[in-house]
Amino acid sequence: MVMPQIKEAVDTAALPETDNAVVARSVSKTYGDVEALKNLTLEFPRGQLTSLLGPSGCGKTTLLKIIAGLLKPTSGEIEVNGKPVTGPGPDRAFVFQDFALMPWATVLRNVAFGLELRGVARSEREAIAEKYIADVGLKGFENSYPHQLSGGMRQRVGLARALSVDADVLLMDEPFSAVDEQTRRKFQEDLLNLVQHENKTFIFVTHSIEEAVYVSDQIAILLPRPSRVSEIIRPTDLRHKNTDTLRRDPEYLDIVDSIWASLRSYVE
Amino acid sequence: MTLFGYRLPAMSSLLLWALVWEIVGQLDLTFFVPPLSEVMVTLTSVIGTSPFLKALSETAQAFAAGVFFAVVIGIPVGILMGKSRLIDELLLPWVNMFLSAPLTALVPVLMVLFGFGMKSIIITTTLFAIWIIILNTRAGVLQINRSLVEMAHSYGASPLQAFYKIYFWAALPEILGGVRIGVIRAVKGVIIGQLLISIVGFGALFELYANNFLMAHFWAVLIVLFALAFSVSEFLAYLERRVSYYAASR
Ligand SMILES: Nc1ncnc2c1ncn2[C@@H]1O[C@H](COP(=O)(O)OP(=O)(O)OP(=O)(O)O)[C@@H](O)[C@H]1O
Ligand SMILES: [Mg+2]
Repeated sequence: MVMPQIKEAVDTAALPETDNAVVARSVSKTYGDVEALKNLTLEFPRGQLTSLLGPSGCGKTTLLKIIAGLLKPTSGEIEVNGKPVTGPGPDRAFVFQDFALMPWATVLRNVAFGLELRGVARSEREAIAEKYIADVGLKGFENSYPHQLSGGMRQRVGLARALSVDADVLLMDEPFSAVDEQTRRKFQEDLLNLVQHENKTFIFVTHSIEEAVYVSDQIAILLPRPSRVSEIIRPTDLRHKNTDTLRRDPEYLDIVDSIWASLRSYVE
Repeated sequence: MTLFGYRLPAMSSLLLWALVWEIVGQLDLTFFVPPLSEVMVTLTSVIGTSPFLKALSETAQAFAAGVFFAVVIGIPVGILMGKSRLIDELLLPWVNMFLSAPLTALVPVLMVLFGFGMKSIIITTTLFAIWIIILNTRAGVLQINRSLVEMAHSYGASPLQAFYKIYFWAALPEILGGVRIGVIRAVKGVIIGQLLISIVGFGALFELYANNFLMAHFWAVLIVLFALAFSVSEFLAYLERRVSYYAASR
């Protein structure tokens, strides 16, 4: 078995003791005879954002869905807050790449849907939903329908829905891949704010090296099938820097380059 | 529609055919086609009479009950077939068979099984309507976006909640299309039932008028029936248009 080598990208000072919100223990998943994940072990520290980065088809979505409880691993197990995962639960919320909004329901109902399923009374859940709709910047669109919104606004609805159920862990599968570049940058800044102010653990799948370095506390680089963690990078120092100038920061650029160096051999 | 640059009113093709009908009737080519004006006069004289109203209510009741069962059984069965491969494999051959089967030939069997009363007529009506509702619902469920189902699941929806909060609504445009066609078939079913099983309702009127060569009466009742079926189907088409805004964006 290949042990993940932990590489401190920035400083070698010991990390503060963090407990893990989510732990994946030797998780394997095969689809028929496709081995999507093999013996993958990874820890997700509480309150931090961990990115899963890797070439297409390496099993990022698979891992995220296993953590969500939407898929069963072939072997191995996932622990959330110390308890093994047997299915979806209120401690995790999913943000979908294609938004997964109900087109027949208003923004308000879409955002409140997680609470609706839990049987929260209408007035209460709508009050909560309204708060998060305002938080993601969609005030005034409560009664719009998804088809009346732009892609970026739809993903804000998806985000508000995930936030309104107040889960400990937010699972995001390429949430910004279907929005334009400007919106995407705004989203990345908003995401950094969220990580700072909401005491939640974020697991974030992305294709973009720059995006991963920009938003992550920890980046797990997955290699193609059968997938495992090849490297873990913690751009700890970057998190204390000014986000406005981060994209020009030499350290930022170095980390982006080194990740590209280790991934490029897998990209034809 | 426009003709020679003029915009024609909505029902102009109907008007044209009404005119043709009137001319053919006036020419007295066949007793089978009396002039439309005569039919309309008969219609107004018949429509308030108590035999007519009794027939209307008998037919309407059987029709409503038959459609009701077709809808409340057909939609859940269609959703289950769309959701579960197993149920689909089990039921699909039967649904396809009954969809194209000459159901009229089954009516005598139904009479043996369920007697000569209302029950058999309602079952006949249901049998005419239900298959297309099942098939359309199934088609609607099959094209549901997977991630919408995963979304419901990940936010903790029970199977029942997923059923009526996601599957039903996501498939609603197709379901309404199926119900609209099913309703038209149900009209056929209820009349055939009332002709073959027990001579009641509009079926009895048709029988009476046809046997006595009262063609103006015959056509008058047929026009009433057509108007009723047309209204129900237009109402469902209206509902379909109401939900079509999201049919494209699922
Ligand atoms: N339902 C399935 N049945 C069979 N094979 C599957 C299924 N889902 C995924 N796979 C396979 O498993 C592998 C991992 O898929 P996964 O979707 O997790 O990759 P990914 O890293 O998310 O890719 P991308 O970056 O393109 O989204 C792929 O090779 C894919 O073909
Ligand atoms: Mg993926």
